[in-house]
Order: sequence, then C-alpha cells, then structure tokens
Amino acid sequence: MTDATAPLATEGRIESLAERQRRRWRMIIALRLIVFVLFVGGWELGVRAGWLDSFFFGQPSAIVDKLIDWIRNGTSIGPLWKQVWVTIYEAGAGFVIGSVLGVLCGITLGRNQLLSDVFSIYIKIANSIPRIVMGSIFIVALGLGSPSKIALAVVMVFFVVFGNAFQGVREADKNLIANARILGASDWQVTRAVILPSALSWILASLHVSFGFALIGAIVGEFLGAREGMGLLIASAQGSFDSNGVFAAMIVIAVVALCAEWILTTIEKRLLTWRPEVSAAGE
Amino acid sequence: MSAATAVALKNVARRFVTPGGDVLSALENFDLTVAPGEFCAIVGPTGCGKSTTLGLVSGLAQPQGGTVTLFDAPVTGVDRRVGFVFQQDAVFPWRDVLGNVMAGPLFRGVPRAKAEAEARDWIARVGLTGFEQHHPHQLSGGMRKRVALAQTFINKPEVLLMDEPFSALDVQTRELMQEELLSLWTQSGAAVLFVTHDLDEAILLADRVAVLTTRPARVKSVHTIDLPRPRNIATLRYDERFVAIARRLSDDLRDEVLRARREATA
Repeated sequence: MTDATAPLATEGRIESLAERQRRRWRMIIALRLIVFVLFVGGWELGVRAGWLDSFFFGQPSAIVDKLIDWIRNGTSIGPLWKQVWVTIYEAGAGFVIGSVLGVLCGITLGRNQLLSDVFSIYIKIANSIPRIVMGSIFIVALGLGSPSKIALAVVMVFFVVFGNAFQGVREADKNLIANARILGASDWQVTRAVILPSALSWILASLHVSFGFALIGAIVGEFLGAREGMGLLIASAQGSFDSNGVFAAMIVIAVVALCAEWILTTIEKRLLTWRPEVSAAGE
Repeated sequence: MSAATAVALKNVARRFVTPGGDVLSALENFDLTVAPGEFCAIVGPTGCGKSTTLGLVSGLAQPQGGTVTLFDAPVTGVDRRVGFVFQQDAVFPWRDVLGNVMAGPLFRGVPRAKAEAEARDWIARVGLTGFEQHHPHQLSGGMRKRVALAQTFINKPEVLLMDEPFSALDVQTRELMQEELLSLWTQSGAAVLFVTHDLDEAILLADRVAVLTTRPARVKSVHTIDLPRPRNIATLRYDERFVAIARRLSDDLRDEVLRARREATA
C-alpha cells in the first residue's frame, strides 16, 4: 500500500515500482516453496529419523509411490480414474441439483412474503439437523449405488445455496426494483431483470463453498456404504491400516476440489463483468 | 390534453406503522394539483414527507385517505404515463448504457430492434454517444444521471416525478443537468413534480413552488414563479427578480423550519 500511495513523479520511478512489485512476487513464490519444502521435508526426515511412526502418519515418499502405483496398477477396489470419476459424478450431480433447487426455492421464498413466513421455521429446523446423518437414511432408502450419495450431496448443497439466494433477493436494491416497475416491468420481468442479477453475486459466492460440501456429501456417503468411489477407497485404506493410502486419496480429492474451484472462479468472472474491479485494484 | 389536471392530490393522508408499533403520519389533508405541462417543485423541511407524495402519485404506494388522480382518473397502480427519476442511482449496474436506456421499451413489449434504435437516439440526446457499451460504474455521477434521464424520457412520460435527482452531484454538474432537464422537459411537454430541498433549484426550474409544513406535511403555500422562459440557469441566479422570489420563499420556509424546531424542543 505504501508503494501505491508514493508520488509517481517520474517515468523511472514508475518503472522501479513495477520492478519492485515483480521482485516482491518472486520473493513470495520462493517463500511458498520454502514452506512446502520445510513441511514435506521435515515430515519425510522425521519418519526416516524415527521421530514419527510412518505406520500412523504416513511418509511423503511412500504416498507418492502409492499414487504412482494406483495410477499404474489400479487400486484395491479397481482403477483409480474410475473411483475419481464416480466421486466427481456424485458430487457434481448433487451440486447441480442442489444449487438449482436452492436458487429456485431461495428466489421463490425471497419474493413471496407469505411463503417465506410459513416455511422459514421448517427451513431453520431442517438446517439445524446435522445433515450428514441423513446419509444413513439415504443409503437405507436408495441403496449402495450413486443415488444415495447424490441425495446426500444435494442436501449438503441445498441449504447453503438456498440461504444465500434468499438473502440475495432480500438485499436487492429497493430503488432498482421501484425503477424497474416504473419503467414498465411486470413481476416476472422484475425478477429476471433486477432480482436475479443482484442475487447472482450472493449465489455465486455460495457455489464456491457448496462444491466443497457436495464433495463431502459424496465421500461421506461412500464411506457409509458403497461399491466404488474415493470414499470407499479411503475406507478400505483405513480398514487395512494403510495411512499412506488415506493421504494419497486426500491428495486426489484436493486436486479435484481445486479444479472445480478454478472452473467456478472462471464462470464467476465471466458472469460478473459488470462489477467494478475492486478486488483486482486492491491487491 | 382534455384533462384539467395532470396530477391531483385531494385531502390525502399517508401513515406508516413504525417498528415500535406507533402510527406515524407523513401526510395529512394534503392538497396539490399540477396542470398538464406544468413544472411544479415541492420544497419543505427535511424528512417532512416530500418524497412520500411522489410515491403516491407513482402508484408504488397507496394513500390511507383522500384521492390521488392522474388526468382525472384515480391512481390504481404503476401507470405507464408516469416517469420517475430517483435520488440515488437507480440505473441497473449489470447493464451497459444501451441496455439501461432500452430497458423501459423492452419491459413494455417494444421489439428489440426498435427499442435499440430509440435508445441510441436518446443516448445521443443526453450526450452519451460513444458510451453505449459502458457499465454504470465506469461513468461519473453526472453521466449516470444522464442515463437515468434517457431511461425515463424514452418512455415519453406525461407525468414526470423527480425525487431530488441532482442532490448528489457537484455544483457545476448540477447546473448542467438542470439546463439539460429544462430542455428535455420543454420538448416533452410533460407535467413535472420535482421534489428538492434546494430552494434555488426549485425557483430556477419550476413554474410553481409548493412549500410544505413539517410532519405531517400539508401544503403551506404555493408560489408562482413568473420568471420568463427559456431560462438560463447560469445567469438567472443573479437576476433581481430571482433574488426577490428567493428571499420571499426562503422567509416562508424558514418560518416553517423554526416552528418545527420549537415544537421539537417544546
């Protein structure tokens, strides 16, 4: 910040400012690498020196070996890509269904005072239940296949997206709504032209969180009972006291989550081009 | 136009229930008429209910007593003949200038091509050619007001309601916008109900200025502003006739403000 507020008197000064920023960026990357090396190296060293028991805590090199083994020879429950795909499919389907339902319900209740007054109490109750427990019911009701995991992911996602969509509708600028109505908009046109766009930033913010929730739903669902998927892979690694396997599965899931995050951020940037670039200028 | 009045408020009352459960009276026994094509300004102490009158005329709010009519017909809801320029920015931040200006015709079912042609024409009239693809956050406050004016005038309102539209602008921009408004209004022939707390602005723009009492608001007095048109905002300010009228209105308004303060402290 002090750099930015410094007087920009001459060309040379500006150039040195840009140069300083570049240097700072390189330093940050270097520091990040150092943190990574210290953490992973310390872990590896700790295991090799016998301070940490690899049986409980795993070992970085063994985790990498495990990943390579899984990729080359498949896992104990089938090929790795199959497990990853199943989990992505369950989380993705749950995410899409849950988000769509959440947005629809959020906007409907946000726009209708009577409905929201009637249902708000039930939504609060449903929201206070630890939803992950619903997984057991879904597995009993829907069986060991994908549908029970999708259902759990839907439940995990729905309340987050619903809450944000509802709040987004409520926070829509009263002036903009009044303006649209004066300009001749019908109720439906107000919803489409004012409510949806203004709720969009709220909804998109919730989508970031809720894909993580969808993944949790899918994996916990697989944990509780499944024939394939990353959750089952973790459960079976746990069952054979294979902590390296658990860590390896965690890494795979983290990669999936990071990819999804990147895709969502890209979509968000495209949808919200109209917004002033506050965050970009502030960084 | 055959109707004798464009806007008429007769014996109107508007009350609110406060969060504490009390009934707050914004308007009581409120009478005001605006003739077709007339520019009427409303001034009054802050918080007295000036904006409430506009809400009632626009059909966005309903009175608890009395009648509000547009061209002799009671107001039952938002009327197509009414335009409204708001105090705060009410242009859609997610639409570019073109999208904002053509919003009205599109809402009203005008085919897209025709709406776009009309919008481009209005964008040119308010001097924003070249900014069609800009979003509101990329424009200055004055330019956003121009967008709001184009957005409103494109619907060809017969009654134009304005709620302190220029209060957020700096002095120079405000003066330009006032001139712009006068020229747009002259071409449109709309009746205007213009709420402001700026007495000078009211006198410079209006044919008649209504001074309101404190809450609950009534019309205290109506002053006819017989300054000739077309008016030059920049020079009229220093005209003797303007100064005389301003002094008269200012005394009138000060009485009301002082009375309000006495009542508040009593």
